Amino acid sequence: MRSSLGAGLAAGTFMSLGPYEKVLAGKPLPQGANYDLVAVMGGEPAAMFDIGIQALGGIGSFVSKGQKVLVKPNIGWDVLPEKGANTNPALVKRVIEHCFKAGAKEVYVFDNTCDNWIKCYENSGIQRAVKDAGGKMVPGNSESYYQEITIPNGKKLTKAKVHELVLESDVFINIPVLKHHSSTRMTAALKNMMGVVWDRGYWHANNLHQCIADYALYPKKPQLNIIDAYNVMMRNGPRGVSKEDISNMKSLIISTDWVAADAAAAKMMSLDPQKIDYIPISAGMGIGKMDLSAMNIHRIKM
Amino acid sequence: MRSVVLRHIRIVFSFIVLLLLSFLFIDFRGMVPDKAFGPLLYLQFIPSMLKFVIAGVATATGFVIILILTVLSGRTYCSFLCPLGILQDVISRIGGFVKRRFRKYAYKKPYTILRYFILALTAGILLIGGVYVLTILDPYSIFGRLMTYFVKPAAIFLNNQVAGILGKFDIYTLYKIDIKPFELAVYAVPAAFLMLIGFLAFRYGRLYCNTVCPVGTFLGFLSKISLFRIRFDEDKCNRCGRCAMSCKSSCIDFLNKHVDISRCVNCFNCLEACHEKAMSYGLVRFRSSGEPAGPDASRRNFIAGSLLMLAGGSQIIRAQNTTTPVPTKDSTIKEDRLYPVSPPGSSGLSAYTSRCTACSLCISACPTSVIQPSVSEFGIAGIMQPRMDFHRGFCNYECTLCTEICPTGAIMPLMLEAKKLTRIGKAVFIKDNCIVATEKTACGACSEHCPTKACAMIPYEGNLLIPEVIDDICIGCGACEYACPTKPYKAIFVDGNPLHEVAKKPETKKMETAPADFPF
Repeated sequence: MRSSLGAGLAAGTFMSLGPYEKVLAGKPLPQGANYDLVAVMGGEPAAMFDIGIQALGGIGSFVSKGQKVLVKPNIGWDVLPEKGANTNPALVKRVIEHCFKAGAKEVYVFDNTCDNWIKCYENSGIQRAVKDAGGKMVPGNSESYYQEITIPNGKKLTKAKVHELVLESDVFINIPVLKHHSSTRMTAALKNMMGVVWDRGYWHANNLHQCIADYALYPKKPQLNIIDAYNVMMRNGPRGVSKEDISNMKSLIISTDWVAADAAAAKMMSLDPQKIDYIPISAGMGIGKMDLSAMNIHRIKM
Repeated sequence: MRSVVLRHIRIVFSFIVLLLLSFLFIDFRGMVPDKAFGPLLYLQFIPSMLKFVIAGVATATGFVIILILTVLSGRTYCSFLCPLGILQDVISRIGGFVKRRFRKYAYKKPYTILRYFILALTAGILLIGGVYVLTILDPYSIFGRLMTYFVKPAAIFLNNQVAGILGKFDIYTLYKIDIKPFELAVYAVPAAFLMLIGFLAFRYGRLYCNTVCPVGTFLGFLSKISLFRIRFDEDKCNRCGRCAMSCKSSCIDFLNKHVDISRCVNCFNCLEACHEKAMSYGLVRFRSSGEPAGPDASRRNFIAGSLLMLAGGSQIIRAQNTTTPVPTKDSTIKEDRLYPVSPPGSSGLSAYTSRCTACSLCISACPTSVIQPSVSEFGIAGIMQPRMDFHRGFCNYECTLCTEICPTGAIMPLMLEAKKLTRIGKAVFIKDNCIVATEKTACGACSEHCPTKACAMIPYEGNLLIPEVIDDICIGCGACEYACPTKPYKAIFVDGNPLHEVAKKPETKKMETAPADFPF
């Protein structure tokens, strides 16, 4: 009852917002276009998502009526939104609104944060955004929320404890923020999974790049990856030191293939995807494609 | 005043005080506003006195109010404001329910020598610059430790049970919190006091307060000149003894119609117990002869002299700086830590360890659990004094909570911008332990967590990056040490600064413009 009321409210506010209606009514829908990747540039986070997801046939292609959806942003750090260390709250809010519009029964959001989780949830602005959109903010602070799974084909990572919501939800949407990372040089979609497991330290101690790729073999993986490249931290990542670390790229990358999404994201930061070890490793393991030149990419400039 | 209202006021008031102070320590969700700690703890006698006398905080005048209150009214503090005293009343009450005879007290002679010996020992050690006896015996600190070590974990356990059930119904308003016990050795003192005080209160009322507690003894000594006190109306008294039976302090000698005012904690139970209305609480009467004697001049002078001594003692204490803790140098610890790390705002080890009574409020309140009781890091006399334990957590860059709430002035307030530049220790990198060097694989967990990027990553073999510490912007928050995944020894650790320093601000560069088009 409460959730359907929330959904109604979300849908209502959603319909009252401008750009999306125009998209719904106006532009021709690229049905059957089957893009490998959609990249949007030049708009505000929510508006870019409205247009970008439409190019992939709308969120209804991923979320069906009555489903439980897990939305996983990066909420790793106790910093304010403008520092770009966490996923943009406006984007998180809009994605949740789309999910409810498509008939989602419930939308859950959590992260196993690096800084104190309550402060991260609060100061990232994401808790507020999730509540406003009618979603549910779920704690990820206690080991008891995590259950052991196995990854039989993993080279270094063969088991992990993952948050119960990963196992319980019907749809998994990954919304990382693109930013510099002091060790892997870049973090986006694949590396965002370090926030759904309990013991990240194991990954760090046992070939970080291989563990990131190994985890991507686990079948309960995101159906959709939405990389927030609105405010991109270009150095001092992943936490950031000051606002000067940010480049205001106003971009968004959406793909069902997270290797492709990460490869495109690396390019946005003027990095060679080959140099981000977990990208070629993942591509080599058949997790996704990284050759952007061979892809059907839909580029939208707003 | 003969009215029973006094007792009822005492019960309601003290119960509220107990609830509020307990909640300060148990509050595992951080619901108490930071600003509420100060006012709620303002009147706690020992913390206030230490803050005023040793830390030199002029606004910490709560203890003066208690001194005045005691001279006016007797040991009102012990029944109305002391959380440990109130807790004992609750335990006594439970004792009385369990066995009726535990509810019946009788006059007992005071352990005068023992109580004054403990008071003299505590004061003496404090005057020569050691806070450690007070650490063990300050009633507020004992209470704080009972809450932090035993009650809070129990509350979290209950919370987790309920949260587990609610979680099954998709309700996450309560969330589970992992309970991580402290190091075993630090439980010794609080466990011993839990048993001692628990047993004495259960069976003998306020015997602990009137025998061991140095605050009780001191205020008792002072209340000998108090203006208001419990009195007998000798004409009405029929020596039924109900007053003595109701007296938790066992201080009413009804046969001689005498109240030992130094042990009376103003609980007012006797007022209600007396059917003849022979007991009353009011202004002391001056009599030409007989008991009780009014305040006499020589006694007054003596007590006033003692108070002067106490104030003067502050100078002695401030002048001395003898309690530099023994640095822990344990050869089995590969992380070669010369000094323990004290919380930001404590300014340095010697000031900190001479002011902290280990009430453990900061341990309870710290949102990242980086503040942990020490075992021998500050020397054995510093047992239970909180230290920064970077294996348990790290100091949140945006947080100043411990500096705002410390009631004794061991941790002084720091503005956030100042705290971000307060170097409590410095990171030391041990390359031979580092994953990047030993495994030749990427890691960088330390640098990832570093808020100032004092822990930077520089090119290493092939495509690898390896940490390097930039000393002058490191603040010793311990995020690197906490995140470092190597075992059993960390590849990066924070060595304490015996005196806290000011770090340099990290440099910022102007950012280049964003790409105008897709680079793919």
